[in-house]
Amino acid sequence: MKADPRNVLTGANYLDGNHASAEGAIAAGCKFFAGYPITPSTEIAERFARRIPLLGGVFIQMEDELASMNAILGASWGGLKSMTCTSGPGFSLMMENFGLGIMLETPTVLVNVQRGGPSTGLPTLPGQADMMQARWGSHGDYEVIALAPDSPQESFELTIHAFNLSEKYRMPVLVMTDECVGHMTEKVIIPPAEEIELVERKYTDKKPGEAWPYESTNGDIAPMLPVGKGYKFHVTGLTHDYRGYPVINAEAQKLKVKHLVDKINKNVDDIIWIEEKDTDDAEIVMLSYGISSRVMQPAIARARKEGIKVGQIKMVTVWPFAEKRIAELAGKVKSLIMVEMNYGQVFLEMDRIARGRCKTYLAGHAGGTVHKPEDIYQIIKEAAK
Amino acid sequence: MSAKQVKDTAQEIKEHPMEGLLRMDRMPHIWCSTCGLGTTVTALATAINQLGLDTNKMAVVSGIGCTGRVAGYLKLDSFHTTHGRALPFALGLHISRPDMKVIVFSGDGDLISIGGNHFIHTARRNVDITVICVNNFIYAMTGGQVAPTTPVTAKSSTTPYGCYEHPFNLPRLAASSGATYVARWTALHIRRMTNSFKEAIAKPGFSFVEVIAPCSTLYARLNRLGTGLDLMKFYHDNSVIKHGIEPKDADIDFQSKIVVGKFIDIEKPTYIECLNDANKHVFGDKYKPYGGSDGSY
Ligand SMILES: Cc1ncc(C[n+]2csc(CCOP(=O)(O)OP(=O)(O)O)c2C)c(N)n1
Repeated sequence: MKADPRNVLTGANYLDGNHASAEGAIAAGCKFFAGYPITPSTEIAERFARRIPLLGGVFIQMEDELASMNAILGASWGGLKSMTCTSGPGFSLMMENFGLGIMLETPTVLVNVQRGGPSTGLPTLPGQADMMQARWGSHGDYEVIALAPDSPQESFELTIHAFNLSEKYRMPVLVMTDECVGHMTEKVIIPPAEEIELVERKYTDKKPGEAWPYESTNGDIAPMLPVGKGYKFHVTGLTHDYRGYPVINAEAQKLKVKHLVDKINKNVDDIIWIEEKDTDDAEIVMLSYGISSRVMQPAIARARKEGIKVGQIKMVTVWPFAEKRIAELAGKVKSLIMVEMNYGQVFLEMDRIARGRCKTYLAGHAGGTVHKPEDIYQIIKEAAK
Repeated sequence: MSAKQVKDTAQEIKEHPMEGLLRMDRMPHIWCSTCGLGTTVTALATAINQLGLDTNKMAVVSGIGCTGRVAGYLKLDSFHTTHGRALPFALGLHISRPDMKVIVFSGDGDLISIGGNHFIHTARRNVDITVICVNNFIYAMTGGQVAPTTPVTAKSSTTPYGCYEHPFNLPRLAASSGATYVARWTALHIRRMTNSFKEAIAKPGFSFVEVIAPCSTLYARLNRLGTGLDLMKFYHDNSVIKHGIEPKDADIDFQSKIVVGKFIDIEKPTYIECLNDANKHVFGDKYKPYGGSDGSY
C-alpha cells in the first residue's frame, strides 16, 4: 500500500529529528497519538497535536506514561495506527505495558528520545543508555525490534519503517533516538506519497466463530481479528492459547514464549539492517548506532589517513543484533570497537559474540554530550597496536 | 410434578439463559460461590439483552483481579489488560471506535488504587465509557490484602489488627472527578442494579456504577462475618436507598448502613463531542468530524 498524499509533506523540509519523526508517523498513517510531555521528546507530540486535527486523527495528552502506553494498545486493537514518544523516566513507566503489547501481539510504535540517566538525570542532554532497557526492560522473556536513527532524515524514514515492522510482525516497535538527533535541525527530503511503501495490517479472512486471535505458533504471524465485527474474541496478558484464553501451565508458556522469540529469531535476515563501509580489508571494525555513528567519523578519517585499516558498521537495527555478521567479522579482524554513549551496553553483546576471537574495545561515554573525536581516535590507536 | 414435566423442564434449562453473552467454553469460572460477581455479571447480561444493543458493537475491558476476570467470561470483544490499566486501554479502544460501547468491569483495587489516576482523568474528560466497579472492600485475587476501600477496623491480611486508614467513597470520587452518571447498589439489588447498568450504558459520557459485593473467602472469613450469602444479605438488608443525595454523604463504615441509589445523572458533552466542537470552532468547514477507524475521513 502507498502512503496517502494528504499525509505527506513532499519536498525538502528543514526539520529537527523530533519533528521529522512526527512527520514519519503521519506519513505512515498514524492516527492516534497518546503521550505525556517529557524533554527531549515532547516536540514529536507537539507536532502531531498541531497537524492531526485536519488529517482525521486524534492526539491526546494522557495523565502519565502508563496510560499513554495502554491507550495506544487499545487504539491499535480498535484499528488505528498508534504511537507514543517519551524519554528517560517515561520509558521506565512504559515498560510494564510495552510487555502487554508484546504479549497481546499488538502493532504500535514507541519513540524514545534518549537523555542522560539514571533517574531524572540530564533532561536536556543526550544519552544512549536505555539500550539494554529497550532490550530487556519489561519483565519476562521476549525479543524486540529497536531502530536507531542518526539524523532527522533517518528519524523520518525509520519511524515509517517502525510502523511497517510493527504491522508485519504484529508487535510494538521501538525507535531509539537521542536528544542530539531529536534536536538537530537538518534538511529532510520527504518523497512523494507514491514512493512511500506502507505495510497494511493483516486481518483474518475467516468468518466470526471460526477465527481465533493467536492461530499460529513457532514465529509465524497470525492475522489479527478486528473489533466490532462479531468475532467476540478475547485477549489477555496472561499466558494464553490460540484462542486467547488463559492457560496457566508450563506447556502453554513454552508455546507462547517460544513463539514470541521465534517471531524475531526466524526473521532476522528480513529485520536486521546494518550499513557497512570499508569492512572488506579492515583490521579494525568500528560498530555504532544513532548519533554516535556520525560522531566517530572524524576519528575514523584520521586513522585511515594514517594508514590504519578501519572499517565501520552503522547498526540501523540495534535489536535484533546483527549476530551473524559480527561473528563473521570477529573471525577475520584484529579488533572490534563499539562506540556508544554509555559505559558498555550494546558492547556486551558485541563482546559476547566475538567470543575471544578478536580484541574488543569500548569507546564509552557517560552521556551529556557526544564523544570527543580525539577519545575515539585514541582507542583506535590502542586497538591497532 | 409429573415425570414428563420434570423431563421437559430439564430440557428447557439445558441452555444457560445467558448463553449468548457468556463464553460457555470457559466454564466453570474461577470465582468462589456467593462472591457477588455472579449476580453482577448476570445483571449486566440482562441489561445488555433488555437494551437490545448490537453485541457485535460492544467491548469489555478489565484489569487484573477476581473482578478483572469478567472480560474473560463475557462473549463480547474482550480485553484482559494489566492491573490498573483497563481505563486507558479502554480510552484508546473507544477513541478508535466511537461507534462501539465500551464497558470497563474491574475491582476497587484495580480501578481506584493502582488505577486511581486513570479513573479520575477518564472521568474528568467525560470519555463515553461505562465503568462497573465491584467493591468487595479487599484485594481478593492476591489473598485478602487491604484496599483503598477497606472500612476502618476491618481486618485484611495486611491489616491483621484492623484497618486504620480513611477509605475512599467511590461515588464521591467519581462525581467530583466529573462522571455524568453515578450509582451504587449491592450485589443483591439485582433489579435495581440491572436498571442502573441500562441507564449507565445508554448515558453518553463517563458513567459509574459501584456494586458492593461480599468476598466470601477472604473478607467474610477474616472478619468472621459468616458465609458469602450471609454477607450479601447483610449488605442488602442494611442498605438505605437515597436517590440523588450528595455523594459525600455516602461514606461506608464497617458493617453499618450502606447508602445506595442513583446519585448523579447529568448531561455534559463527551470527550469526542468536545474534541469535534473545538476543532470545528477553530477550523470551520475544513474540519471533518472525527469518526474513528471506521470514520468517513
Ligand atoms: C502491577 C501489579 N501489581 C500487583 C499485582 C498483583 N495483583 C493482582 S490482582 C490485585 C488486587 C486485586 O484487587 P481488586 O482490584 O480489588 O480486585 P478483586 O480481586 O478484589 O476483585 C493485585 C494487587 C499485579 N497483577 N500487577
